[in-house]
Amino acid sequence: MSPVTGAAFVLATLLKAVIGFTLLLVAVVLSTYVERKVAGFIQDRSGPNRVGPIGLFQVLADGAKTLLKEEVAPAHANRGFFYLAPALALIPATVLFAVIPFAAPLPTQWGLVEIIVADAPIGFLYVLGIASLGVYGVVMAGWSSNSKYSFLGGLRGSAQMISYEIALGMSLVPVLLLSGNVTLPELVSMQQPYADGPATWGIWFLIPLLVSGLLFFVSSLAETNRLPFDLPEAEGELVGGYHTEYSSMKFGVFPLGEYAHLVTTACLVTVFFLGGWDIPIWTGDNIRVLADGTVIGDPTWWKTVLTGGAFGVKMAAIILIFMWIRWTLPRFRYDQLMNLGWKVFLPLLMVYIILTAGLVFVLDDAGLATGPAYGLILGGANLVLLIVLMFAVDRGLLIRGASTARGREV
Amino acid sequence: MPGRVIVMERPNKRASYLRAVASGMSLTFKHALKPGKVTQQYPDEKWELSSRLRGTHRMATHEDGRAKCVGCGLCPTVCPVNCIKLIPAEDENGERYAAVYEIDEFRCIFCGFCQEVCPVEAIHLGVHYENAEYSRERWVYDLERLTQMDHPVTSLWDPSDPASE
Repeated sequence: MSPVTGAAFVLATLLKAVIGFTLLLVAVVLSTYVERKVAGFIQDRSGPNRVGPIGLFQVLADGAKTLLKEEVAPAHANRGFFYLAPALALIPATVLFAVIPFAAPLPTQWGLVEIIVADAPIGFLYVLGIASLGVYGVVMAGWSSNSKYSFLGGLRGSAQMISYEIALGMSLVPVLLLSGNVTLPELVSMQQPYADGPATWGIWFLIPLLVSGLLFFVSSLAETNRLPFDLPEAEGELVGGYHTEYSSMKFGVFPLGEYAHLVTTACLVTVFFLGGWDIPIWTGDNIRVLADGTVIGDPTWWKTVLTGGAFGVKMAAIILIFMWIRWTLPRFRYDQLMNLGWKVFLPLLMVYIILTAGLVFVLDDAGLATGPAYGLILGGANLVLLIVLMFAVDRGLLIRGASTARGREV
Repeated sequence: MPGRVIVMERPNKRASYLRAVASGMSLTFKHALKPGKVTQQYPDEKWELSSRLRGTHRMATHEDGRAKCVGCGLCPTVCPVNCIKLIPAEDENGERYAAVYEIDEFRCIFCGFCQEVCPVEAIHLGVHYENAEYSRERWVYDLERLTQMDHPVTSLWDPSDPASE
């Protein structure tokens, strides 16, 4: 079976766009609910549970409330940019979803439909490019509000997001070194084992690129402006940060955009480091569409459903970890945030890229074939590096731990 | 005895960041999985109230439904915030009764002096606290409303049983 072409392709793409966007919005709305439930559970409360079964309709009630509230715009705000900013905060986060493959290809009578809205050949660059657009919503909102708090929030946001974009992009360079390809479906395929066709790694990139995966995860926390990196909002210092002056649904769009960013970031972590829609151990789901249209593997509709479920589980796990971190760790100080981004992550990633490239070069030279064994050797090297790194970051205190606080009577 | 001053030696230079993060994360994880929640589902589940809780007033009645109040005027006199309005009257048998008896529950501080001072045990505070209203006027309880209340009355402090056991 060959991929769909012609009118069927256009129709399938339209359908995928509509369904994908709906699924994204449902995931976003659900994650606002789950966030509050997780917050409740961590604080020994029960979370929202009044509206609908186990409080599920709380999000609808919140939406209705936000829409019906009075709209106030500051008198000296720059109206055009003030109204444009919420849209700019939401759109990049949602269009990022277009290049993410969520399930194995679906066979139909018109041909094989890949479950990805736009299989862009430069998917990776698209991700980085669109992710960097997210900063404009924050900057514009902060600047056009004509308020000191908003302005400070916007400045912090722009500095933070631009700084961590570098770490975000550089932590993905080792992934490119291993995969040798920039389309996201190919990245997923490279993490699955195949009996025939071009050689793949057959191992999730988190294992051979452990350090890179962790740094990508931390940088994406900063990139989505979530605790412990939510300096642009910092309600203790800046009232509400860049969205202080917003009200009604314009205000509601900012958190919505933030959660959309959260969901897409979780998708990216899944695709880059957790094998995308790959189900571990089971080899039946390994379906690959090569650039010339040949299909390796045996696609069926239930495999599409199963792999889609696997993707959802991985994504949900990442989102839950994001939330767990948010409700545990306190916020960074601003200089700590900048030090971490520029003085720790940036040099570390440069060294790491050189080390990975050198190791790949040496191992390739030694005649090792691309595959799980190669990946495990890289993983071992990463583990050693990670332990060294943790000692360095922790100033040698990892073993001794925290000295207990003692009281001294005076 | 002079107060003691204890200076805490904070381990700000010698603490491990990663261990602190790990212990914090494990703590929140344990709490997230803990089954017992501290939230009380208020309208469904209510507090168990002490029999000595001083809440909304109640006027005791005779068997025929008349208020027990004899209009002696002790409660408006003793009331520290002047929230009781009493206009006494006398019926054809020469018995005194309260022609107007109003308590402004907004003003009341629920001290319970009116209950203590009442010679005929007519006015009581009650074990009841849910008295939200849409207007301030509704917070002024008249005699009819006070007699129709049916919540348990507050028990006074008994010196022989100080802990109410």
